[in-house]
Amino acid sequence: MSLVGAKVLRKEDPRLLAGTGQFVDDLSPVGCVFASFVMSSEAHARIVSIDVREALAIEGVIAIYTAEDFAEYPDLPGGLPDLERPVLARNIVRFVGEPLAIVVAEDRYLAADAAQAIVVEYETLPVMVTIADASAPGAMPLHTAHGSNVVTVVPMLDDLERQLDKCDMRASLHIVNQRCVAAPIEPVACLADWTPSGLTMWATFQAPHHLRNYLATWLDVPQSRCRIIAPDVGGGFGAKIPWYPELFAAPVLSKLLRRPVKFAQTRSEAMVQMSPGRDQEHDLDIGFDRDGRIKALRVVISQNLGAYPDPTGLGLAVLTSWMAAGAYKIADVQTSFRTVTTNTTPIAAYRGAGRPEAAYSIERMVDMVAYRTGLDPAEVRRRNFIPPSAFPYATHNDPVVYDSADFPAALAECQRLMDYDALRAEQAARLDDPTKPLLGIGLSCWLEIAGFGPNGSLEGFGHLASWESAQVRIQPDGSAIIFAGSSPHGQGHETVFAQIASDELGISFERIEVRMGDTSTVLQGIGTMGSRGVATSGSAVKVASARVLARAKKVAAHLLEASEYDLEVSDDAFNVRGSPGKKVGWSNVAWASFQPLSLPPELQAGSLEERLFHESPNFSYPSGAYGCVVEIDRETGHVSIRDMIIVDDCGTVINPLLAEGQVHGGVAQGIAQALFEGMVYEPTTGQPITSNLLDYLVPSAADLPDYISGRVVTLCPNNPLGAKGIGESGAVGAPASVINAVVDALRGFGVEHIDMPATPEKVWQLMQGGTS
Amino acid sequence: MSREVEVAVVVNGRRSKRTIDARTLLVHYIREHERLTGTHVGCDTSNCGACTVLLDGKSVKSCTILAVQADGGEVTTIEGLRGPYDGFSAVQEGFRQCHGLQCGYCTPGMVMAATGLIEERNGQLTDHEIREGLEGNLCRCTGYEMIVRSVRWAIDHPAAAE
Repeated sequence: MSLVGAKVLRKEDPRLLAGTGQFVDDLSPVGCVFASFVMSSEAHARIVSIDVREALAIEGVIAIYTAEDFAEYPDLPGGLPDLERPVLARNIVRFVGEPLAIVVAEDRYLAADAAQAIVVEYETLPVMVTIADASAPGAMPLHTAHGSNVVTVVPMLDDLERQLDKCDMRASLHIVNQRCVAAPIEPVACLADWTPSGLTMWATFQAPHHLRNYLATWLDVPQSRCRIIAPDVGGGFGAKIPWYPELFAAPVLSKLLRRPVKFAQTRSEAMVQMSPGRDQEHDLDIGFDRDGRIKALRVVISQNLGAYPDPTGLGLAVLTSWMAAGAYKIADVQTSFRTVTTNTTPIAAYRGAGRPEAAYSIERMVDMVAYRTGLDPAEVRRRNFIPPSAFPYATHNDPVVYDSADFPAALAECQRLMDYDALRAEQAARLDDPTKPLLGIGLSCWLEIAGFGPNGSLEGFGHLASWESAQVRIQPDGSAIIFAGSSPHGQGHETVFAQIASDELGISFERIEVRMGDTSTVLQGIGTMGSRGVATSGSAVKVASARVLARAKKVAAHLLEASEYDLEVSDDAFNVRGSPGKKVGWSNVAWASFQPLSLPPELQAGSLEERLFHESPNFSYPSGAYGCVVEIDRETGHVSIRDMIIVDDCGTVINPLLAEGQVHGGVAQGIAQALFEGMVYEPTTGQPITSNLLDYLVPSAADLPDYISGRVVTLCPNNPLGAKGIGESGAVGAPASVINAVVDALRGFGVEHIDMPATPEKVWQLMQGGTS
Repeated sequence: MSREVEVAVVVNGRRSKRTIDARTLLVHYIREHERLTGTHVGCDTSNCGACTVLLDGKSVKSCTILAVQADGGEVTTIEGLRGPYDGFSAVQEGFRQCHGLQCGYCTPGMVMAATGLIEERNGQLTDHEIREGLEGNLCRCTGYEMIVRSVRWAIDHPAAAE
């Protein structure tokens, strides 16, 4: 029986459910000391003085460091010239929460005492938290040497005015895609132990080899003496890839103090130090004919980078540009973007990273077309879809060639599961019934780019390469260990990679272990992001396993005195086809594979091992159709989700249980962005207003609905599994379906748009005739 | 600035007596003094519930009380749960069967909160009540539906009472 496609329970679960998972802050080696940052309380200021005397006098405080203690080290890697971020703020602080000193103490309580006792004197500078303020004429540059807060500008070749004007109708919209934090429940932590034999650092990180590559260079030590371990990682969602200062400071302090040094963020620290995502503004223009056919689309993107440009933060708008036209065939598409520094926490990837912004905007614009033409939103989508026969489909951007999809089938399945026509009838019936809440129906036929990727796709974000690795090792008893380069943080790689390997090798699932996240045991790796785990590392596992099996068959054939071509493998044994009972166990084959006297002449001892770097010829393009039904309280403006229908196309599904879990989690974050979340700063002081989980509304079980799932399958032609990836799907597709539903419910009030999050207050204002 | 106090608690059936800094939170007593690291910390405002344990049979957020407040009490952490499912309790097994966890960081707190909830309501809970009952525990991975299914699994299996 094939395990790929089966609902297999997870290998990870027993240790996590027993409380024996190993997260970074669980580790406490002998002699370990605790380090905390002193954070800037100002959003933009010159540091006049840092008085550490009182803090140093506290018993148990070991040392205090400021920027000058890192003078011999470079700034954090990956920055642009003149815009680099120092480990600790040097002379100027540029956002609230920016680390400006480090205290090291015997425990975390004492470290917190010491951080509190440090007195910092500031001379405040003008604060700019919005793109508009930071890019206004005469705005003070955050980085004087750069001379402007505008960092990159990618103009459009043609403003499309002519094409837009030729259309029967046109519409425009300004959309704010608000700043959201990833908020993995485990904040950032790292533990560095520098000994005479080298550095070992445990870190909450999505790409341990990536960290090793940069950290070793930064510390000027050979990579062979720099070991990074990402043990169990408590969620990441993109926020555990950036170069945080503690990842670089901890090894330095461990070397100086000759003790293991641990940093572990509190949530309040995480809210201002972990990189948030989104924070784009779009100016959109769409041209269409009376029959709803879209002819031209112009997308002008502005990206708030925060105080220091992160390599991923700089790339988000590129991905948004690429995916701007979504699932639609539009003759003329033009995009442009600019990126701007502000006095806020630096922006980086958050689940979807640039694609949720694209999907949200195009799906809002398609609904605008429906409203302006009076056509049903589903019908407008159908009239503009790229047809299934058109794949591979070259888009308005050269690197982007959609692999496969069936948008009409996904939408049809979504409408069937929603009972769309009945919903529309119900909506019409209650329009004038003030005793019932308003009913809104929203669709989102989204598409994203994933499976990063093809050669060159991750190098632009600073990664070594874009392949992913696997190493398959048969043990002498016929069990197997898989080493995979893609290091997980909740996705269930141990389970899905073992499923893939089990099918290929004929070794039972229970006899396969998967190891990841340790640079000293995994040969090389890139990381887990961009919905790439299965498509890249999973493909590597599949191909490497197949190669091991081919050699194992030679050994088995030798032992059985049969032809390798007559052998089939299942249930941990090799059978001769057509000769019942003539078989040899995997354990015998594996044992023999280490004994030169038992091997056929073409094989050497240890041949049942394979390492493989899987390269993908193209990205993958997961897609889907989501439907959301909301009810809005006419008195309070409170939005509640009555139904959430999610139809996904991720190509081959390895484990339906885990795939469903990934979509649920992504949809939950998408709903959260649409209705609850948003990182808000006081505009004149730059003080974060939503700086803990009291004020920043991460939804609980009571805030979210059940989900109704459906599936459409078009295989990805660009990897041997046919898998597209599913980690980010929900977060890409859900926001537009929710907001389209909210706007749909408010049509009677003349509302055409509401910016996220659609809080009761905002909705209520719109119902009173106000503006969003 | 710190004052030493003596605390005596029973943790997972084992007596523990220590002299600690008076301001030590129960969660740090459990994690750093008892070295039971299954109980996690995810926030500093009592919102996330990752630190949930049972104190005298009732679920509490161990980051909101001082260890001294638990003096004389009985604490059960995730490591202390036992049951007929290969050693797991019905709630633990329900989470395994229904994919009620992904990264596993919120999970011990979620399992303890669910254990306390089922005990408190004697297993009489609608799905809506399960959601309301777990409102104090945040999970960022699952979107909660599978957690609700996990708790339902535990309720539906008679060994839940063990």
